[in-house]
Amino acid sequence: MKIVEDLYYSKEHEWIKVDGNNVYIGISDFAQKSLGDIVFVELPETGNKVNKDDSISVVESVKAASDIYAPVSGKVLKVNGVLDDEPELLNEDPYENWMILIELSNREELKELMNYKEYSDFCDEE
Amino acid sequence: MKKTVLFNKHKQLGGKIIDFGDWLLPVQYSEGILFEHKKVREAVGLFDVSHMGEIIVKGLEAKEFIQFLITNDINKIKQKEIIYSPLCYESAGVVDDVLIYKFSEEEFLLIVNAANIQKDFEWLENNKGNYKVKIDNLSDEYSQLAIQGPKSEIVLQQLTDIDLSKLKFYCFNNKVFIAENEVIISRTGYTGEDGFEIYSKNENIANIWDEIMKEGYKYGIVPVGLGARDTLRFEAALPLYGHELTKDINPIEAGLEKFIKLKKDNFMGKENLNKYINNKYKKILVGFEMLEKGIPRAKYDIYLKDEKIGHVTSGSYSPTNKRNLGLGLIREEYSQKDNIIEIMIRNQKMKAKIINKPFYNKKYKIK
Repeated sequence: MKIVEDLYYSKEHEWIKVDGNNVYIGISDFAQKSLGDIVFVELPETGNKVNKDDSISVVESVKAASDIYAPVSGKVLKVNGVLDDEPELLNEDPYENWMILIELSNREELKELMNYKEYSDFCDEE
Repeated sequence: MKKTVLFNKHKQLGGKIIDFGDWLLPVQYSEGILFEHKKVREAVGLFDVSHMGEIIVKGLEAKEFIQFLITNDINKIKQKEIIYSPLCYESAGVVDDVLIYKFSEEEFLLIVNAANIQKDFEWLENNKGNYKVKIDNLSDEYSQLAIQGPKSEIVLQQLTDIDLSKLKFYCFNNKVFIAENEVIISRTGYTGEDGFEIYSKNENIANIWDEIMKEGYKYGIVPVGLGARDTLRFEAALPLYGHELTKDINPIEAGLEKFIKLKKDNFMGKENLNKYINNKYKKILVGFEMLEKGIPRAKYDIYLKDEKIGHVTSGSYSPTNKRNLGLGLIREEYSQKDNIIEIMIRNQKMKAKIINKPFYNKKYKIK
C-alpha cells in the first residue's frame, strides 16, 4: 500500500496537500483499495462553505456509496470535474487525482491531521 | 459466524472477506468486481456458494407435499430435472425461492437461500401435517460450487466422464464424478450465462475447486466473489431474496407469473395470489435506467411528481451496459416502458426512465 510523504492524512483516509492557504483533498490508496472499483463520484458545488467533518462528497463503488468528510473547514474553490467521466482514476492513481480544492478558513485544523509516519501506523492498526 | 470449507483458500487468493448473512465470504478477490464480472461474461469464473442450503424431502407423499407448498407445478418435471419456484406464505408473500431437484417420485432436493435455511426447514416441518414425508437438512454436510461463463462446459468436461453437451439447461446428473469425487452436476446458475452448479460432500470440495482452477487456467478462469455474483444476477434480472422477493413482496409483483400455476389444486398462498391479480393498487417490478447522475440503491424511494409510487429493490452500475440501472417495485399504472420516474438519491430526486428487463440477454443452453 502506497503512502506519500509530503501529505497530511485524516482518519477517514483522505489525503490533504497544502498549497499556500489552499488544500487539495483526495482519497488515499488504503481508501481506494477498501472501496474497490469506483464507478461514481459526486462532488460539491464550488463556492460552498464547508465545516470540518461535514459530508462534502460521495464516492460510490460497485457495492456501496461512501461519504467523504471535510478534513478541514473552508470554501470549495474548485472540484476535479474529470472524475465525473472517469471515476476509476481514483483507483488507478489516488494521489495524482485530487477531488476538491478548499480555501482554508482555520489553518489550526491542519495540526489535527496525521503526517506520513502517523498515518502509516494508523493504517497498520486498521 | 460461519465459514465455508474453502475459507482459507479465499484468503490465500486475496479474497476480501465480508459478513454476508452470518457467513464469512469473499465479496471480491484482488482484481475486483468489474474484472470478475467481465471474466464470467467472456470466459469463465468459479464461485464458492457453499453457504446455500440443501434440504432433502423424501417419502411416499414427497411430491404431493412439495406441490402443496410451491407455486410452480412439480408435475412439469421428470427424474433428473429441476424446477424453480417461490414458496409462499398464506398471505402470498414469499418464504423463499428455491430450486427443486427430482431424484424420483419420492425424493427431492431443495436448494434454498443461505439466510433462509433454518426458516425454510421449519416452514416445511410445520406444514408437514399428515403428509408421509421425511425432511432432512443436509446444509452442513454439503458444499456447492458454481462454474459460470461461456467456457464452463469445455473446462468442466476435462474432469468428468459424462457428456456435458447432452446435459440440458435445468437438468442434472447425480452419482457422477469430477476428478474422482462423487458429485451432483446441474446445468444451472445465477449469472445469466451458461454454466453448472456442483454439489459434493464437504470433504471433497477443496479438491474439486483445485482441479477446476487448474483445468480452467488456460481458459482464463478466475475465482469470483459475491460482489460480481450480485452484479451478474442483477443484469440478468434474476430475483434476490430479501430484495425482489420478501415476505411482503409476492411473486406476481416480482414478475414471476411464469412460475405461478393458479390452475393447480389448492396450494399455499393460492387464494391471495388469485385475489392480488385484480388488486387496484397492484405493484409490479420494473427495470429503469438513470437519466441523471447517481446510482440507485436498494430501498431508495421512487417518486412521480410528489407522489411516492414505490421503491428500488436492487440497483447498481451495470458493468456490461456501463450505465446506472435499477429494479424497482412501483404501482402498475406507472409501469409503461419509457415513462419517466424519479429516484430519491440523498434527498434529491433524480430522473430515470423505465426500460425493458432483463438488462442482459441470458445465454442459456436451452437447445
